[in-house]
Amino acid sequence: MSAATTREGTSGGLRERLSGVVSQLAAAGALIVVFVFLSFASPVFLTTDNLFNIGTQTAVVAVIAIGMTLVIITAGIDLSVGSVAALSGVLGVTLMVNAGLPPIVGIAGGILVGATCGLVNGLLVSFAGLNPFIATLGMLTVARGLVFITTGAVAVFGAPESFRLLGQGRIGPIPIPIIVILVVAVLGYVVLSRTKLGRYAYAMGSNPEAARLSGIPIKRYLTSVYVISGALAGLGGMIAASRVNSGQPNYGVGLELDVIAAAVIGGASLFGGQGTILGTLIGAFLIALIRNGAVLLNVDIFYQSVIIGVVIWIAVFWDQYRRRRLASASE
Amino acid sequence: MPESAKGDPVVRLRGVSKKFPGVVAVDGVDLEILPGEVHVIAGENGAGKSTLMKLLSQVERPTEGTIEVSGEPVEFHGPRYAQGLGVAMVHQEFALASHLSVAENLFLGREPMRFGLVDRRTMRRRAEELLRKVGLQTDPDKLVSTLSVAGQQRVEIAKAVDGEPKVVIMDEPTATLAEKEIEDLFAVIRDLTSRGIAILYISHRLDEIFRISDRVTVMRDGKVVDTLPTRELDEEKLVRLMVGREVGNLYPKPEVEIGEVVLRASGISRGTVLEDCSFEVRAGEILGFAGLVGAGRTELARAVFGADRRDSGTVEIDGKEVRLKNPQQGIDAGIGYLTEDRKGEGLALELGIDKNITLASLPMTGGFISLDRERRTANRRREELNIRTPSVRRKVRVLSGGNQQKVVVAKWLETRGRVLFFDEPARGIDVGAKAEMFGLIGDLASQGRAIVLISSYLPELLNMCDRILVMREGRVAGEIERPEFSEERVVALATGAREVGAA
Repeated sequence: MSAATTREGTSGGLRERLSGVVSQLAAAGALIVVFVFLSFASPVFLTTDNLFNIGTQTAVVAVIAIGMTLVIITAGIDLSVGSVAALSGVLGVTLMVNAGLPPIVGIAGGILVGATCGLVNGLLVSFAGLNPFIATLGMLTVARGLVFITTGAVAVFGAPESFRLLGQGRIGPIPIPIIVILVVAVLGYVVLSRTKLGRYAYAMGSNPEAARLSGIPIKRYLTSVYVISGALAGLGGMIAASRVNSGQPNYGVGLELDVIAAAVIGGASLFGGQGTILGTLIGAFLIALIRNGAVLLNVDIFYQSVIIGVVIWIAVFWDQYRRRRLASASE
Repeated sequence: MPESAKGDPVVRLRGVSKKFPGVVAVDGVDLEILPGEVHVIAGENGAGKSTLMKLLSQVERPTEGTIEVSGEPVEFHGPRYAQGLGVAMVHQEFALASHLSVAENLFLGREPMRFGLVDRRTMRRRAEELLRKVGLQTDPDKLVSTLSVAGQQRVEIAKAVDGEPKVVIMDEPTATLAEKEIEDLFAVIRDLTSRGIAILYISHRLDEIFRISDRVTVMRDGKVVDTLPTRELDEEKLVRLMVGREVGNLYPKPEVEIGEVVLRASGISRGTVLEDCSFEVRAGEILGFAGLVGAGRTELARAVFGADRRDSGTVEIDGKEVRLKNPQQGIDAGIGYLTEDRKGEGLALELGIDKNITLASLPMTGGFISLDRERRTANRRREELNIRTPSVRRKVRVLSGGNQQKVVVAKWLETRGRVLFFDEPARGIDVGAKAEMFGLIGDLASQGRAIVLISSYLPELLNMCDRILVMREGRVAGEIERPEFSEERVVALATGAREVGAA
């Protein structure tokens, strides 16, 4: 047979799985390198307290990035997560303060607010046919506006002490935010690999027309994806609010960029069809490690941004390079 | 025609190889191209034809060997340099900026300048000259996006012939053209060769090779098998050289007992595209849809399946009317539609073979996808359809066209479709894979499925079908039963050249 098929016959699925691991390793490798480096460079780094601290600090980004991964897999984007997180935070806290509801209901309320914003995003994208960039850009400013309208640009204080648990509490020795990351990640993994929603997300992102002709009700599933992203932004917003035990109207400006960076560093492709939960978590932790290391080593905060930007370039470049090589080898 | 090919070769390849990591795509090729000849490079997918063209047009750099143009060895400096030497390429997918005008496209990146500004008047004049050369009658100020596919291709050719090239490379130029447009293209090719320009032509369509070429070079596994004058070849010999073995019958049509009507479509209309189309197809029957490109064959299939909306008309399955407003309802009713554009509409290329096969019928257990059943299903279909891959988890992107097509078939078999529409199933796949695909279609019919076969290549329809429905301008122009099959009849109905009977 042809040269290409001979190659298929010899190299097989093993090569593919290996290259899958390698691509994970690009980000994972960087994570390990940074980790080992910081262990030596700073005496404080490798302490339980500091590591838990990193986990706690990255919880918001990691949780929201899991939703973002789902959106990016469909070849979409959700720019509104920062504003939505803020809106959820202030409204969730307001529920506790003004209506005197218990924290658990306040948190659920915050998540519901996020899901509602996500629903609007989803309807705009799938039924009104707006480009995801535009639809969620609109939501970014709408949600931020609603934050200021509802709060009068004043932070909402007075939530019950027990609300602090979500962002600051522990179960045994482990901070609750870290447990939240794990739970959301496991759920995200199951959704992506074992449910119709996850499978159809990949299919829609890879080829929407093929998905439609295969009988997939695209609009419904696409809408659901944005609802999930919004709900997780809401959860992230509640975690952030709990950490300061208040609803902050200015919270989350630019948060979407960290979230997208985490997903993209973790191998999610903005062209859709590609992305994993594990990769996104690695991306989120890599960013958190760099931030933490910079603080420990007393690196100017402005350099952090530069470093993270460069990491994005390298990660995505590596990813594309790998894909191009795979593609040219198969022709 | 062959007599026009005379003189010293315009292009000569000596021992040219191209190695990619792990693959030798082109392996020690010697080739001579004579002025004014139409030289076809034939071979299966992956034989190295496209890579060879890329080496000639300097898109890729050879790893070994020399390329001579007009007797002089050439250095490697990229596509624009090659064009300067007189080697021009007309791409399969047109590289035109659709929102620019024809003239702007023709001179893109090399606009005639005057006082530092684009000299639009000169550009227009020269564009008119070029268009005349390639027989395209259109205003150079028209936007490219308003031209037909054939027109756009002509613009590409005009671009290629600017500066009197020695060789024009055409990669599957007829893949997206209708029969009449192919004739026109051939006229342009003959005109070019009469001026001494050599045409290097890649095609999968055997009939064309015999219609247009002077010499044929057959490639297999990156090597040249042989170069022969076309008159010393026949279809069987050519296929044998390409495949490297006997292929047997290209169109194995089985004897099938034809059963009851499975699908009946009546009065299907949609905008200006479809007008009052009716047909029925029976269990075990292969019904062909013939017609020119744009006659509404694909549109009719899509409207019946539920992929496009219908203004009116009904569809019955087993005599019961079914609601078909979207593909999901089509699938539920037992209809499958295998799109003509496999990569664009049929497959999720980034996903695995297994996931593509189950896409329309996910095996669910308690609300979750059963990965185990999915893998077993995929492996069973791999065996059954002979999908050549070491693992069903590989991405569909890396499969050959024929194997990709089998993945699409597998997907629709999984939906238990009783009526399957095959839209140009043999497009872009190898001769060997074609025979296999038609064998498969025959098998499906003998299992009692109703098959609708859409094809622009008449021999496929004439050999495989029990009945051919001919469409013209969105209407059903007529139907022909197998005993009455002939190419002339189909063409007459398709073109309306002469009205038959009371139609």
